[in-house]
Amino acid sequence: MNVATEATVSAEEFHAPGPAIFELPPVFEIAGFGVTKPMLQLLVAALLVFALLYVAARQRSLVPGRLQFAGEGAYGFVRNSVGRDIIGSRDFQKFVPYLVTVFFFILVNNLFASLPFFQFPTFSRAGMAYALAGLSWIIYNAVGIAKHGFIGYLKVQCVPSGVSPVMYPLLVPLEFFSNILVRPVTLALRLFCNMFAGHILLVLFATGGLYLIEQGGIGYVAGPLAWVLAIAVSFLEMLVQFLQAYVFTLLNAMYIQGALSDEH
Amino acid sequence: MIGYGLAAIGPGIAIGLIFAAYINGVARQPEAQSRLQSIAILGFALAEALAIIGIALAFVL
Repeated sequence: MNVATEATVSAEEFHAPGPAIFELPPVFEIAGFGVTKPMLQLLVAALLVFALLYVAARQRSLVPGRLQFAGEGAYGFVRNSVGRDIIGSRDFQKFVPYLVTVFFFILVNNLFASLPFFQFPTFSRAGMAYALAGLSWIIYNAVGIAKHGFIGYLKVQCVPSGVSPVMYPLLVPLEFFSNILVRPVTLALRLFCNMFAGHILLVLFATGGLYLIEQGGIGYVAGPLAWVLAIAVSFLEMLVQFLQAYVFTLLNAMYIQGALSDEH
Repeated sequence: MIGYGLAAIGPGIAIGLIFAAYINGVARQPEAQSRLQSIAILGFALAEALAIIGIALAFVL
């Protein structure tokens, strides 16, 4: 009896969660086009951010209520510590709406990883992050081209100042590569991989703990330990979720500032 | 996966050094915090990008 149960248990080995857990089946289909959970989450996040900021800004009283105070605080955080400090007080106002939108959109989408019912970080699907990074790539390049003209902008981004022209054949392609080509890729990959790795870690600890408890024996000690670790990791994840939204916005502001600046 | 663990050592040390320098700078000159913060986060993001390239490769290869 005992041998038999052990045999069946060892037959179903523990499969560590892999990239396959991100392949969600479509929730429903519209004309053969499957709509998956992350797509719905994007919509929910957009509506949620809009609703929260709209309700917070609706009253516009001189003495703010609780919600307006929170909204102003959140808005002021992005405006001052990201917009004004990075882009500079001369022309940061234009970009504040974009930065605030991106920050809260990413933040809400990341927090979905820890919220019940959602429990899936939207940006752990690479395509979502690529789209967002592509948008900011277009914005900072367009801003730079509008300011300096196409050739002038390429000069700003690709020709480092204070370097002797002898080094230009080496440095100009490198700068072009890093500033124009790699930036959107790292921007997207950073967000995607952080969410991906965090979610996989959580799933690993949760399912691993369950598996250890099903094993019995020492698993009754090790399984709950894994779950305690899962709780600890989810707090770390919340920090990472906030930090990634912040870093994404900050880097956007930095790239815009680099495109606007007169010398690189 | 072991390779990725090894690859994460470098960026780990780098991020530690960056924030050590940032804390030092703020301790010496607290009024420079807002300037230093953006530089520190940029350095952190660049170092972190290397670790992230590592994990992307770990899944691709």
